[in-house]
Amino acid sequence: MKSSLHNKQLMTGNEAAAEAAIQAGCRFYYGYPITPQNEIINHMAMRMPQVGGTFIQAESEIAAINMLHGSAAAGARVMTSSSGPGISLKQEGISYLAGSELPCVIVNVQRGGPGLGDISPSQADYFQAVKGGGHGDYRMIVLAPSSVQEIADLVYDAFDLADKYRNPVMILGDAQLGQMMEPVEFYKPAKTYLPPKKWALTGADGRPKNVIKSFYPVKGELEKFNRRLQKKYRKIEETEVRYEEINTKDADLVLVAYGTCARISREVMNKASKIGYRIGLLRPITLWPFPKDALRRLSQRVRTFMVVEMSAGQMVEDVKLSILGRCPVHFYGRMGGGVPSTNEIINNILEVLPKINAADSVEMIEI
Amino acid sequence: MVTVKINKNLCKGCELCIPFCPYDSLAMDDTLNAYGLQPVYFKEGHPCNGCRNCAIMCPEAAIEIVTAQ
Amino acid sequence: METLYAPPKTLHRVATHYCPGCGHGIVQRLIAEIIDEWDIRGKTIGIAPVGCAVLAYNYLDIDMSEAAHGRPPAVATGIKRVHPDNIVFAYQGDGDLAAIGLAETIHTAARGENITVIFVNNAVYGMTNGQMAPTTLLDQKTTTCPEGRSADEHGSPLRICELLATIDRCSYLTRVSVTNPRNVQKTKAAIKKGFRTQMGKKGFSLIEVLSPCPVYWRMSPIDSMRFIDDEMSRTYPLGTFKDWEKEGS
Repeated sequence: MKSSLHNKQLMTGNEAAAEAAIQAGCRFYYGYPITPQNEIINHMAMRMPQVGGTFIQAESEIAAINMLHGSAAAGARVMTSSSGPGISLKQEGISYLAGSELPCVIVNVQRGGPGLGDISPSQADYFQAVKGGGHGDYRMIVLAPSSVQEIADLVYDAFDLADKYRNPVMILGDAQLGQMMEPVEFYKPAKTYLPPKKWALTGADGRPKNVIKSFYPVKGELEKFNRRLQKKYRKIEETEVRYEEINTKDADLVLVAYGTCARISREVMNKASKIGYRIGLLRPITLWPFPKDALRRLSQRVRTFMVVEMSAGQMVEDVKLSILGRCPVHFYGRMGGGVPSTNEIINNILEVLPKINAADSVEMIEI
Repeated sequence: MVTVKINKNLCKGCELCIPFCPYDSLAMDDTLNAYGLQPVYFKEGHPCNGCRNCAIMCPEAAIEIVTAQ
Repeated sequence: METLYAPPKTLHRVATHYCPGCGHGIVQRLIAEIIDEWDIRGKTIGIAPVGCAVLAYNYLDIDMSEAAHGRPPAVATGIKRVHPDNIVFAYQGDGDLAAIGLAETIHTAARGENITVIFVNNAVYGMTNGQMAPTTLLDQKTTTCPEGRSADEHGSPLRICELLATIDRCSYLTRVSVTNPRNVQKTKAAIKKGFRTQMGKKGFSLIEVLSPCPVYWRMSPIDSMRFIDDEMSRTYPLGTFKDWEKEGS
């Protein structure tokens, strides 16, 4: 069924993610309800039958990620989504997907943690997504949208990236992005044809059998396989880095933030310029591969960085690694579902930056 | 005349075929195969009615049964 | 010269890693024979478990997938939904199916997925050196119940066929064994019926095969078969628990 959604409409980030997947040719969705991403599973339940796709509400997030494994092995474009505890359950499955080189898309709508936590926005699952919550030396491409439109664009691209590299791809959002409504347009062409995958399990009719596995018990084989994976990851690092740089020329301080914190940082930039400070923003769009070269270059002319995250400080470590001590990297974070306000961030900036004028000419902003 | 061919290097000497032969035509060899195990052998000249019990029990698919013309 | 029996072509002619007298060898040979007889190599997809049969994809010449421990029914669901006209089977042992994967087993049956599960029950965890399984018999000694399984301390064994028989969309459930040629042929017929169940889109089928583990039962292969006949089948009676052909559905 051809989708007629080619004009702007108001949608939650979650629904946009689901709809973009369908535009990208995804016809298999397996999920389990968990707040704050239930809009995804509900939308898929409604839309998949309309496009002749398959929707299963699995018995758990573990079952869902393993159904994903099956459909990806069978050559289909497939998606799942979850949050916090559910993503933790999927970690073994993600390791298997990466080790079996299976393409798939996993949407992670972060919520407060650890444990059951709460259902407010959070960015405390960065480590889990980027450093690998599952076992073994693997990497997942991690995309971080910061608007509903960008969610739609990145989910669409995620399927192409997954197929191109035969690798799982994660969309790392949060409860705010997932639940807010913004205008979105699905302008990318709906995929009607996808090339067949020679390695997929389709029934070995007239060809040698295909085996999808991640087990290499013969001595030396696993290391050889790992080397091949690392080579693939180096290629992704060379080719697929995405980021946005705003106002970094002559900036007094550059904020580094993704997702919801990047949105807030834009407003921080505006407010700060009104009181005479020039604040820039580097917004990573791929969290892996991380824009370390861009940061390294920036650190050659910018004196101060401040990383803003809804966590105790996770991406800040990658920023520090990229800059390698060349200049101070400050951090401002909120945890456990707290969302920073622009005023909090500005006050924090004012504390670390040398004052431009005498103290009484700088307007101290109260929270 | 039915011949039971045993692939000596696939046989692991589990002996599951032996008790099910109605003519007691199978026994353990006293040589060792590539595994270092004693494989089974078909006693030359012994009867075989092609019941295939041995092949049906074999976990290694090491048995082939042919009629020699 | 006429061949009365030849090893099936769908079985690779390689030495397997299974112990002498292991039931896996028999069951996998039967699967290969069926694929040969029905000429379905081109449409059969299997899922191997974690357990002794983890390398099943090295022995069967069909498209196969590995699965995380306990998850073959979920992986099979994912494959079958993409290729509904293929024959998809999940091959599992007792830890895979009845311990870590029990939720997947039950819910795949509850959804009535048109897949076949071949459950090789040898009442012990072979791959990891002989620990207790959910299907370990009372008084049976294993490394994690060295004095013998006791109902008070370790709980009682799980009867999977009986458990699943309460599920409506479970269309074919049967328990067989491989202790003698007649039983082996019955196992083959049961697997064939499982495949026919999914080919006719009749729902979920599961064949539980009582199988020997001579090494961890500390018995010879022949004695292990006798043990199944005399002891094991008292806890796990052979028979059919659900049969869509008899229920006329």
